[in-house]
Amino acid sequence: MSMTPTAGMKPKFEIKSRAAPSSHAAKISVKDLNFYYGRNQALESISVELPEKMVTAFIGPSGCGKTTFLRTLNRMNDVVPGTRVEGDVLIDGENIYAAGADVVDLRRKVGMVFQKSNPFPKSIFENVAYGLRINRLTSSRGELEARVEEALTDAALWTEVKDRLKSSALGLSGGQQQRLCIARALAVRPEVILMDEPASALDPIATSKIEELIFVLKQHYTIAIVTHNMQQAARVSDLTAFFLLGKLVEVNTTEKMFTAPDEKLTEDYITGRFG
Amino acid sequence: MGTLAALCTIVAVSVLGIILSYIAMRGISSISFRFLVDTPRPVGEGGGIGNAIVGSAVLLGLACAAGIPTGIATGVYLSEIGRNWFGNIVRFLIDTLTGIPSIVTGVFVYAVIVLRMKHFSAFAGGVALALIMIPIVARTTEEMIKLVPHSLREGALALGAPQWRVTLGVVLPAAASGIATGVMLSIARVSGETAPLLFTAFGSRFFPNGLNEPIASLTVQIYNYAISPYDEWHAQAWAATLVLMTLILTINVSVRFLTRKKF
Repeated sequence: MSMTPTAGMKPKFEIKSRAAPSSHAAKISVKDLNFYYGRNQALESISVELPEKMVTAFIGPSGCGKTTFLRTLNRMNDVVPGTRVEGDVLIDGENIYAAGADVVDLRRKVGMVFQKSNPFPKSIFENVAYGLRINRLTSSRGELEARVEEALTDAALWTEVKDRLKSSALGLSGGQQQRLCIARALAVRPEVILMDEPASALDPIATSKIEELIFVLKQHYTIAIVTHNMQQAARVSDLTAFFLLGKLVEVNTTEKMFTAPDEKLTEDYITGRFG
Repeated sequence: MGTLAALCTIVAVSVLGIILSYIAMRGISSISFRFLVDTPRPVGEGGGIGNAIVGSAVLLGLACAAGIPTGIATGVYLSEIGRNWFGNIVRFLIDTLTGIPSIVTGVFVYAVIVLRMKHFSAFAGGVALALIMIPIVARTTEEMIKLVPHSLREGALALGAPQWRVTLGVVLPAAASGIATGVMLSIARVSGETAPLLFTAFGSRFFPNGLNEPIASLTVQIYNYAISPYDEWHAQAWAATLVLMTLILTINVSVRFLTRKKF
């Protein structure tokens, strides 16, 4: 996708304040990030701070770069050939794109939940245990079982699956599969959880379960969530960041964002004048 | 249209049925316990195919030991790493290799191994069969791995798994039943091969003593008995054919059972 803005929609904006308006310390701080798919620039000088133990929602029209941005935070774009990153992403003050940075460590610290639930074709237990096993985080069978139970409990799935841990994860419903993927991410005890439209393929009841879960999880985790659904952003997030054509137009508290945004473009998008 | 398709299906399946039942009919009368465990004897003295069964098993074992890991590794390379000009060349060569007549493989192994070692051997036979297996296993592995959704890999990578663990622990198991089908096909294919064994494993009238000497096989024994002028040996060839078919069927069914989709 070319990043040439169409006439009339050319974002003539200057971001006034990029600091997160919050008392929480910044967990992730992104400085002047540019991202390229081959020659196409998908993200243009993004600077933003995600405060610790808060939910930050990324909104914007399709192709605006919000998912790409989310994936730069755990370097998932590394596996896409032909991509290039410029700029710094600091997590706890350390640049994850520094020369010696350990991707495996990073991804253990920054878990991810995908748009489409992607349980492994293994048992429910083995799905949650996978991250623990590969990272050798437990030393005994008992500890492994305890961590799996803890993760499933945190993902509000334990009571539904505790009698069928050995059966296939693919036999679960869509909403259960997505909560299983959340449990899988929680099992390695990450500090940050990235969610890429985690409820877009789910029915309203399953969606509300995921949203309730996000509400609980933010007590312990820093959460970044991409969503197409503005009501969802308004419901679950503390901060909202609005992306347009690869640029970050505005980041503000969700309350302010949905009532009196600083930028005209944000207001136009939120009120449905384009998007 | 539907009737035509049904008719063709009936024709195809009934040919198979006729072959199977004819072999069973002709072969069953000569089969006895003695026939299954004895070595061949001169005409009129009975004898059996015990050494050929063992020999075929040894040859198949050698071929699998060399062919399956190489084939799967090649397939993994092609699908996970080799998406470049080199991979394309490898893919083209493998497709060509699949089409090479098995007797050519036999001649090649004869020239490269048998002539160097100056004698026929089970080892050379195993290599010839492995060369036939590798391209079949490699291409099925590649195709099956390509069918594994990308989201599964990303899910594992996002948990901090290094690439090789994703391939071994998530991608290969997800593709296992498909790969097993390919392996099974290749085993069925090579266990019926005679031509590449004629001048590599050669054949033997005794139970095998080692991999460095000629070895009997069911197919070569069937061939030798079938072209002989004796009715008794013809009957034994039918019986050996029945044994061979049963063994292939058993392998197919057991591999299918072992790799059936558990999840």
